[in-house]
Order: sequence, then structure tokens, then C-alpha cells
Amino acid sequence: MSRPPLSKQDEGDGMTSLDLVPTNAGVDATAPLLEVRDLHVEFKVRDAVTKAVNGVNYSVNAGETLAVLGESGSGKSVTAQAIMGILDSPPGRIAKGEIFFQGQDILSLSEKERRKLRGSKMAMIFQDALSSLNPVLSVGFQLGEMFRSHLGMSRKDAKAKAIELMDRVKIPAAAARVNDYPHQFSGGMRQRIMIAMALALEPDLIIADEPTTALDVTVQAQVMDLLAELQREYNMGLILITHDLGVVADVADKIAVMYAGRIVEHAPVHELYKRPAHPYTRGLLDSIPRLDHKGHELYAIKGLPPNLQQIPPGCAFNPRCSRAQDICLTEVPALAPVTERDGTELVGRGSACHFWKETLHG
Amino acid sequence: MAELSKNDEPIDATPNVSLVEAVDTHSESEAVEVIEAPVERGEPILQVRNLVKHFPLTQGILFKRQIGAVKAVDGISFDLYQGETLGIVGESGCGKSTVAKLLMNLERATAGEIFYKGQDITRLSGRALKAVRRNIQMVFQDPYTSLNPRMTVGDIIGEPFDIHPEVAPKGDRRKRVQDLLDVVGLNPEYINRYPHQFSGGQRQRIGIARGLALNPEIIICDEPVSALDVSVQAQVINLMERLQDEFNLSYIFIAHDLSIVRHISDRVGVMYLGKMAEIGTDEQIYDHPTHPYTQALLSAVPVPDPEAREHRERIILTGDVPSPANPPSGCRFRTRCWKAQDKCAEEVPILAVPERFRSEDTPAAHESACHFAEEKDVVHAA
Amino acid sequence: MTELVTGTGEPTAADPTAAKQGAEPSVARVSQWADIRHRFFANKLAVVGLAIIVLLILTAVFAPLLAPHDPLRQDLNATLQSPGSGHLLGTDALGRDQLSRLIYGSRIAVIVGLASIFVALSIGIVLGALAGYFGRWVDTVIMRTADIFFAFPLLIGAIVIILLMGRGVLPVVLSLGVFQWATFARLLRSQILSVREMDFVHAAQALGASRSRIIRKHILPNSLTSVLVYGTSNVGIAIVAEASLSYLGVGVDPEVAEWGNMISAGRGFMGAKDFMWTYPSIAIVITALGFVLLGNGLRDALDPKLR
Repeated sequence: MSRPPLSKQDEGDGMTSLDLVPTNAGVDATAPLLEVRDLHVEFKVRDAVTKAVNGVNYSVNAGETLAVLGESGSGKSVTAQAIMGILDSPPGRIAKGEIFFQGQDILSLSEKERRKLRGSKMAMIFQDALSSLNPVLSVGFQLGEMFRSHLGMSRKDAKAKAIELMDRVKIPAAAARVNDYPHQFSGGMRQRIMIAMALALEPDLIIADEPTTALDVTVQAQVMDLLAELQREYNMGLILITHDLGVVADVADKIAVMYAGRIVEHAPVHELYKRPAHPYTRGLLDSIPRLDHKGHELYAIKGLPPNLQQIPPGCAFNPRCSRAQDICLTEVPALAPVTERDGTELVGRGSACHFWKETLHG
Repeated sequence: MAELSKNDEPIDATPNVSLVEAVDTHSESEAVEVIEAPVERGEPILQVRNLVKHFPLTQGILFKRQIGAVKAVDGISFDLYQGETLGIVGESGCGKSTVAKLLMNLERATAGEIFYKGQDITRLSGRALKAVRRNIQMVFQDPYTSLNPRMTVGDIIGEPFDIHPEVAPKGDRRKRVQDLLDVVGLNPEYINRYPHQFSGGQRQRIGIARGLALNPEIIICDEPVSALDVSVQAQVINLMERLQDEFNLSYIFIAHDLSIVRHISDRVGVMYLGKMAEIGTDEQIYDHPTHPYTQALLSAVPVPDPEAREHRERIILTGDVPSPANPPSGCRFRTRCWKAQDKCAEEVPILAVPERFRSEDTPAAHESACHFAEEKDVVHAA
Repeated sequence: MTELVTGTGEPTAADPTAAKQGAEPSVARVSQWADIRHRFFANKLAVVGLAIIVLLILTAVFAPLLAPHDPLRQDLNATLQSPGSGHLLGTDALGRDQLSRLIYGSRIAVIVGLASIFVALSIGIVLGALAGYFGRWVDTVIMRTADIFFAFPLLIGAIVIILLMGRGVLPVVLSLGVFQWATFARLLRSQILSVREMDFVHAAQALGASRSRIIRKHILPNSLTSVLVYGTSNVGIAIVAEASLSYLGVGVDPEVAEWGNMISAGRGFMGAKDFMWTYPSIAIVITALGFVLLGNGLRDALDPKLR
């Protein structure tokens, strides 16, 4: 009888090393790995324009994990697609904004240059590994493809590299399974293969779009741990796109909360959970049930996420906000720094709420 | 609600119900009468005994022969008490959704019984089955496929009345449908709209209204909020809790999200590969789990608290869930369990209060199917 | 990717006016049919297809008013005349007016096209529904039979039947119908198999709905549309097949004003009198195209998810 050993995570193992000082974009001497500036993306379908992203700013440094948190339609994935250059276009269109990657404005690059960037410098992991892998090609071939097309390796060398990668992401008996097809792997193993593929050329930035949402909770933990470990090892920047406040708390250094195509709040992870500075963030935190005690009635944010074809004027959250005043109906709140009561600035924090003071301190 | 838990001793193989006989010997109409009888709060309303569902695996085109079976549900027993919520958790492939279908009689059980008010409903058909269906309803996971896209909301919520005309006279139905819309928090004027005009959360409310139409006693909820956005989940959970109080409902709440199950359930059963691993009150399961699978499951849940990540103990299971077509011998969890011994491969652990806790008055004294059950709190950070 | 779908698709679903909580005024929404109509007419190709079909049917109905001459009247003094002032599209070897024959030919096209698809759909829907819903041996018997019909090329099968029944409109309709039902039966069956597993069908079962109610209210309405849409596209194919039969001399009587007959009559004059076969050929192509465009337009309008 074989009994796989139980691997327990030691206290603070590695996790503490993630505690990096959040950077303030533009202030530091060294430019961030990736910087998104005032990004606007819209989709034109028939006569309606869907404003999916409406002025997003964020940055990630090497070795840092930024979690982009939002519900469906918040624009979190569209932003990622724009960064990767895989936006469906048409109907999608970058209406405005800049994206700097390693100091270079990548929106001005040609499609060929963008393609070279993808895979070698930045890679993406999707939610649905099964549909992201080609069902009629073996996983070894698909992993090897990266080496053949980007590095011009021979078939044999590429295969050896594929096995090495599969080992790297802890797929048991990699050499024996390298010729298997995607459907022969379990969901968790497929997601590992996706991670292996993303890591193949040791990119500097990884974007993971709901990488564990489709997985069971015990498998989810394995995959998240693996991702975090590899990120540390390669010192990559990681953008983790998710709706799960639990996953974010587990791995992120800093968080950007998105709503209706805008960032409504950003903060280092510890501070956001302790003291949210936007009513939407607060509402989200209050509306999730707890594992460690039963609790009473859940707080529920009223209403529905906005129709992106008719975003409410003023603050997009105003119809659902318990704090909304007249100013919220007319004036779009800017994402501004937040401060302590005594005026000291909270580094790395910002809120797009007219009443952030009341939310943060009240 | 804690007084509802009567699981200090293992569940009897067959419940003590004389009415079981009545089904065989008396007419169908008497069986129907049994179903109409009320059940006291806290009494068992549904008793599941050794329920089994095997899906045959066949080969061949014209002449099919069976080459095996997927043992989706392989002998599970539990009670549902009137007015409570019993949560059933487990990962994909554990058989929890098959349990829902069996309870709804959407699938025929391979073996075992489901006693509803003392009457075995697994073998019912015709009028008696229809009468049972009035009292046991279901809310589905996917708000997009659970509503017929070619019917209006009024037709969808009114369909129960078409099928059971005795519940509401024809002239009354429109009003009843509008009342139901109001009850679930939708504008009664939306009666003529189609499902595609609503968001996921609103559709789930429509599905709940349909489930409520016949005034059922039991609602089986199969992942009712897992397809919804976080901010909408809370709305639907709150609605379901309100309706439970208002209509005196008993819920079986099947989900993979352990936090939501804890929030809504009075008792919780943990399933693994077609078997019940552990069952008890929410406090017993979450704060005093004794089955290693439950402990691993709970420890893997990401908690929305960054402070916890440094000092929370994580039990990372290796490997994947084995195939239900070919489950391991003995304890099904043994292939992934760090405690497994030879005994675990030879002997199937029964779901009972572990001997070592039996004499103690401790929250650990609840049913757990493990040879080496021991308490371990993995949820509360040290 | 999922985000993109919800990002652009959700607005219709998450119509804020549908939210009670949303405090927006409740605007009465358009009905489902108005929605479908809107989508259909927004599709330019679909409108073109519809226009072609409407014109075709009007031509068929008002043929006696539109045709300048009797399509059967021979004028042996004016045979093989090129298109000109007397005969806009010329005359054939027997001096019959080509334009009039073309106009009257639309009647046969419309009748045979629609009627044969009607026959095929009727058989296909009944058998496909039985196979899909009952499964087991019913399914096996019906689907194996369908395979046999599939194995016959449409024209060969039709010729066999016509040889048995004799020439004429009715044998053509029946033979084309009988050899096309299998496609529809297969399509309907696969639709039913997928709809049957949808949760709204389970919900109806859980309510205690009878078998016939589930089929009528839930399964058929959700699986028939694609079959009907496919049927629309196939009318064009039936018209081409009908003309081919006539061209081969096994369709309707060669006297009858019919497009296949006209092409057949022009066969001997290829190169010299090309107008004899080009105009009926163009008529066939445009008609077939019209039905395909209409079918595609209907499909997109009825099920926006498919696009």
C-alpha cells in the first residue's frame, strides 16, 4: 500500500518573505515591472458601447503579487487581456491609456513584437485549463512548443525540457506522462501543466486569471502554493485576478479592488482587510460568511452590479451604497491617497470615495 | 437549533416506523394521506438509509454489456429534522449532487431507502410520487439552465399550479405568482418577462419562487449560490434564511463552499467518494472535526484574513481523488491520508461515534467514519 | 475570456430596470418576439434573404399577372430568339417565351421546395423525437434506419422512387422528402438529448410534470427551433435537387415550365444560345441563396448565444 507523505506547510514558510514594501509608482528610482496608466477599454457591439475599463492605474514590481479583486463585469479580466495583448478586437478597443512593461510602452509595439513578448516575458494562466490546452496534442508536445518556437530547440531537446518543467510543477512520473493528452490528467494536474507552460521561458510577469476557481478546495491549496513558490523562486511579478477574498488574503502583497471598470480602492493586503477605505470593499468583506464561527445574518450589498452600457453618473457604486450623498450622484470620485486622522499618509493606499474618511475612520 | 441534533448514537439501520408496512398493504390513497400529515419541529422528516447509486459502465453498441459501475453514492445514511438545515459538503465527484437527485427521485436508487415521514419514497410512482413531490422541492445550481428560456416568469412560477391544480384554483394563479415574486424580492410586475432579462441572482430568486409555489416542507438546494457574484450571494443566502423561518422549511443545502455551509447549516455532513465521512452539528464539524478528511478540507479553505496566513496550519493533501469507478478498498480516504495503517485498507470504517469519545460529553463525540479519529481544530488560528 | 463574455453579455441580463432593489423606474421591456425581430432585421444578409423569398413567393402567386405570355404557347415562327423587345429573355426551340417560363417556373420551385421539406420535417420530427426521448431500442431502430437513408445519395434515392411512382410533382415531393428526413431526425434527436439534461427539465420532473407535458412544454420548444431553422436553409437544397431531377429528365413533365427543364432545353445550344440556360440557373442560385440567408438569419436571431 502506498501512502503519499503529508506535506505540511511550516509556520511562516516563505509566506513572510512576501511582505514587501508596497511601491509607489513613479516615485521610486527604479521603474516598476509593469505599469498601467489610465487604461480605457470599450466593446462596441451593434449600436451599444460597453465601457468595460474606465481609467485603470496599477503597477507591479518584480517578486510582487498584486491581487485584482472584482465581480463579474468589473473589468478585471479585460484589463489583463489588454496587458497581454489578447483583447478580442473588434469588438474590443483600447480607447485610451498606456501600458509600460520594463519601462517600454508596449501599446506602441507592433503585433509581432507583442507576440514575442508574450510567452517569453509575460505569460498568462487561465481558469479553464481544459479548454486552454489543445485536446489533440500531447502535453509534452504543447510544452515543448514553447521551446521550439521561441528558442528554436530541436524536438528532442524540447521534450527533455518539457519533462523537466513537468517535474518542476510536481507532476508525478513526468517522464512517463509526457506523451499523455490533456484529458488524461485531472483538473489540478492540468492547471499545473498550464503553470508549467506559463513558466517555460521564465517570464518576468505572470497574469493568473482565476487560476483555482474551477478546482476543488484541497487541490486549490496545492496549486496556489505551487504558484506562490515558483513566483518567489523566479522573482516574477504576479497579477492574480480573482473574486475570492480568501485566496487574496492567502497570497497577495497588495490589492486593487475593481468596480465597474475602475479601481475603487488599493492597499497593502493586511491593511485592506483590517480597515477598508471604500464602502464597496467594506460591503464585500462584511458579506462573506466565516469559517471559524457561525455568525448572524450576512450583510448584503443591495442591488446589482451596474450595466456597463449605462454606468450611473457620478460614483458608479452610488445606487448600491449606504453612504451615498448628493455629490456621489454627480461627481466621479478620483482615486486619491488616504491618510490617518492626523494627516500622515498611508503608503500605498488609495480610495475612490468622496467619503473615504468616514469609511476608514468612522 | 442545537437541540435538534440527536446524533449521539449511531443511526439505526431502519427507522422505527410502522407506516412502512402501510405502503405495501394499503391503497395508494392512504399513502397519500400519510404524506399530508404534519411533522413536529425537531422530529425527523426525512430518513436516508444505506442509499446506493451505481451508474453502470457499458460497452458495445448493439449488445451492451456492463463492464463496471461508477459508485457515485455507496451506502449513506442520515436524518433531516423538521425545520433544520442539513449541509452536505464535499469535493467534485463525492456524490453530493447525486444524493440531491436521489432525494428528488430524479434518479432511481440502486439500493437503500429514503423515508419521508416514515414512508419509503424510492419505489413510489404515479399519484403517490406526485404527492411526495409537492412536499419536496429543489433549487438548482445554474440559474441559466434551470429556467426554461421560452417561458415567461409567470409561466415558470405558475407551472407548479398547472401540474397540481388542486393547490390553487385557476382564477387565483396570477395573484399567487405575483405574491411569490414579491416574497422572493422581485417586482410582481415582471410576471411577463423572460429569464434572459434577469441577472443571475434574480434568476435564482425566480427558481426559489418556483420551488416555494406548492408550499413544500423540504427544499433540496444543490449549490444554490455558487454561480453568483459574492455581493449577490449574501442576498440570496439571507433570502433563503428568511423563507425558512417564514414557511417553516427544512433544507438540505449541498455546496462545496465550507464557509457558506457553516453559516446556513444546523448540522453538516462531509462526503468523500460516495460515503459520508463525518456528520454533526456545525460546531462539532468545524470546531471539533475528528475525521482527517474534514480536517484537511477545512485547513485548505482560504480564509479572508491575511493575518491568519502566517500561523494557520495547512494540511496539504497529496494526489487527487481516486475514481469512483474503482474506489480504494477499506477506507476510501486512505490513499491520501497521513494516518493510514494496514487496517484502513482492510476494514471499511463505519459511520459512528468513535469509541474513545463515546463515554465523554465532548463535542468530539459525533459520528465519524475513521479508525483513528481524533480531534483537531484547524480552523481557529493559534 | 469568461470575463469578456459576461462583460459584454451581462448588460442585457443585468438590465438594471429589472432590479427591484435598483430604484430605477420600471420600464416595460420588449417581449421576446420583439427582441428576435430586432435582431433579425439588424442583420442585413438576413433581410436580403427574406426579400428574395418574399419576391419569389409573390412571383409564384401572381405569375399569371406578371408573365407577358402563356408559358406553354409555342410560336414556331419565333424560335430561339435572342433576348429583345418582343421577348425580354428570348424564346426557346419551340418559340415559348423564356421570361414567362421563368416566372411560372417559380411556382414549381416554391411548391416542391416547401412541400418536400414539409414532408421531410414531419417524418424527421416525429421519428427524431421518439428516438431522442425514449432512447433504448426505439432509438437504435430509428437511428439505424436513418443511417440507411443517409447512405443513399439524395438524387439516386429520389430517382429510384420516381421510377417506381412515375414522373410528376407529387412523386418529386415525396421522394425528396423521404430522402431528407434523416438529417432532421438526427438533429432533433441530438438537440433533445442535450435539452433533456438541462436543469429546467429536471425542475419540471421534480414538480411531478407528466412525460407528455415535459415533452410539449419544455423539450420540444427548446429543441425544435434549430431543426426548423435548418429546414428553412434546406428548402434551397430541395429546390436545387428538384431542378436537377428535371434536368436529368426524371422530374416533372418536360412540358411544364420549370427551371431544370429550361436548363435541360438549353443544353443543346450551349455556346450559341447561352441565354437559354443562364437565366434559369441564376434563378436557382438566387433562390437557394435566399433560403440559406434566411435560415442563417433566423438562427442568429433566435439564439444569440450561437454567434
